[in-house]
Amino acid sequence: MTSPRPWLQGALLAAGSVVFLFPLWWMIVVSLETPERAGAAMTGSDGIALWPRDPQWGNYAEALAEMGSEPWVGFINALANSIVVTTLVVVGTVLSSSLVGFAFARLRWRGSGVLFTVMLATMMLPGQVTLIPLFLLFRGLGWIDTILPLAVPAFFGNAFFIFMYRQFILQVPESLVEAAKVDGHGWLGIWWTVILPLCRPVTAICAVFTFIGTWNDFMGPLVYLHAEEQSTLAVALNSFRNQYGGLDDVHLLMAASLVTMLPCIILFIAAQRQFVEGLARGAVKG
Amino acid sequence: MAEVILQSVGKVYPGGVRAVQGVDLHVRHGEFIVLVGPSGCGKSTTLRMVAGLEEISEGRITIGGRVVNDIAPSDRDIAMVFQNYALYPHMTVRRNMAFGLERRRTHGSRVRALLSASYRALHRAESERIRRRVDGAADLLGLRPLLDRMPRELSGGQRQRVAVGRAIVRDPAVFLFDEPLSNLDAKLRGEMRTELRILHRRLGATMMYVTHDQEEAMGLADRIVVMKDGIVQQVGSPTELYERPVNRFVAGFIGTPTMNIVEGDVERDGDGLALRWAGGRITLPAGIAVTGARASIGIRPDTLAPVADGPFRGSVQSIEFLGDRADVLVASSGVRLNARLPTERARGIREGDTISLGMPGVAHVFDVDGRRAG
Repeated sequence: MTSPRPWLQGALLAAGSVVFLFPLWWMIVVSLETPERAGAAMTGSDGIALWPRDPQWGNYAEALAEMGSEPWVGFINALANSIVVTTLVVVGTVLSSSLVGFAFARLRWRGSGVLFTVMLATMMLPGQVTLIPLFLLFRGLGWIDTILPLAVPAFFGNAFFIFMYRQFILQVPESLVEAAKVDGHGWLGIWWTVILPLCRPVTAICAVFTFIGTWNDFMGPLVYLHAEEQSTLAVALNSFRNQYGGLDDVHLLMAASLVTMLPCIILFIAAQRQFVEGLARGAVKG
Repeated sequence: MAEVILQSVGKVYPGGVRAVQGVDLHVRHGEFIVLVGPSGCGKSTTLRMVAGLEEISEGRITIGGRVVNDIAPSDRDIAMVFQNYALYPHMTVRRNMAFGLERRRTHGSRVRALLSASYRALHRAESERIRRRVDGAADLLGLRPLLDRMPRELSGGQRQRVAVGRAIVRDPAVFLFDEPLSNLDAKLRGEMRTELRILHRRLGATMMYVTHDQEEAMGLADRIVVMKDGIVQQVGSPTELYERPVNRFVAGFIGTPTMNIVEGDVERDGDGLALRWAGGRITLPAGIAVTGARASIGIRPDTLAPVADGPFRGSVQSIEFLGDRADVLVASSGVRLNARLPTERARGIREGDTISLGMPGVAHVFDVDGRRAG
């Protein structure tokens, strides 16, 4: 099979990019509009705006200040909460998934195959199914209204990332592990000093996906954290809805949403090389 | 430096596969011993049991007078060089070499160093000691200019040298090498072999070395251990093994080109015995006792030479010139013989010619079950 011509490839990629980037662009446009034009854009009464007529840069400061009931406090609280929860979840997921993946890849014990299958099977379970049992469990532990239900499960691994780590670690030559044993390391030492540094591409994928998933998570914080000062950014965005569930200030919601998205975009760009490398590796050998 | 003693050592894998059985071996202080054999013969498994990377199912291994059966690899006072080098890809050459020592710091761990000034001093002194050890090993192997490079920036030969350096830095009682040269090209392999030999002489250390290449074994070893199907066939110096192989397997395995084997029926010949095969008959050395009606003789290719009326007459199948000598393959009735001749003697011979080969005498006679007779 010959590869398609370069111009055709370019055209297809450009068309695809437009489809994916248009919603983002529309968000940016609406976030810079006046309240009236933004409202019109929402209802579509004024057609689809492709360019802000009179960019309102002040929308951003206003949006952040209006998040929550006290000016700025709501945003700063939500930002701090998001950072704390996301950091804990990313660190927990990377550490636990790589450790468990290493164990599945390198340790032989009776029943490891069965356990691995059971672990993979948990991926088939939709989150909604476990929501209520988990809520009851955490309530029993007295963890409601704390960040523990959000952070602690991350330290018990994620089935998909455990699988990815295991596949990657299986390709690490056994002799490296043996050399580390001769050099005086136990299993934990080998994992920390040899395996984890070698797993950088998988760690990049795991960290980026987990970061994006946790940063944008709405359901978790909504279910477990009830006080306004505990909100994360994803939940705090909800404050732009009025008491009837409608939207009065769509331009502010878009501006706040864009600010909320920013760390994810920056992280993705920063980790892009590792990320793509890891995905490609997973695709070829995993 | 230390002795390594293996007593009735065996390895049985789960499922009952017996990889090694009844290995008795005494590696002396400062000896260079090579375990050799075809793949699957148990040589690597034996070495890995000495290293502690493989559990010992039966028997006892002693290193430096201490039974090590249940001792972790890091506490056996050994260093191992692996076939694929096993350098940590994310560490510089210097860190690779220092890694084992860093782990073994006796004073001033990093955490303690952070907390107390006296530990900081100890930590610095220890770091300095490690640096000197690494520098010393690097000088010995000519690795100084490479110390800050990453393994991926090195050639195969350089990586191998780093792997050896990493072992030297640890100053172990016993060096273990698991086919360390098999990933190198032929020329580099020859060079590294010489270097290892020199290194052994300089360090005077006990070394155990595994290879499937009998030439490498002959070139390096003080003594060679030939293994087959998990059982030691013979232990001896390279010359002993070459001149007096205890069975047909060792005879065939040691020496290039492979020894010629001629099978036949044993018959009386005056006071002694003779061997008769389809194409001829040869008198066996006096005083030799053969059990059974059949036996075989082994003839080294370099002992054969064209003669006017030798015991082997046949047509030349192929001639391979190798510079100063040539390998001539002759098909005599029922047997194919390889003769290694000096080039001048092979010059007049053409493929298809009929020639007669003879040798000074029969050096190796084997029983029907392959054991050396006499």
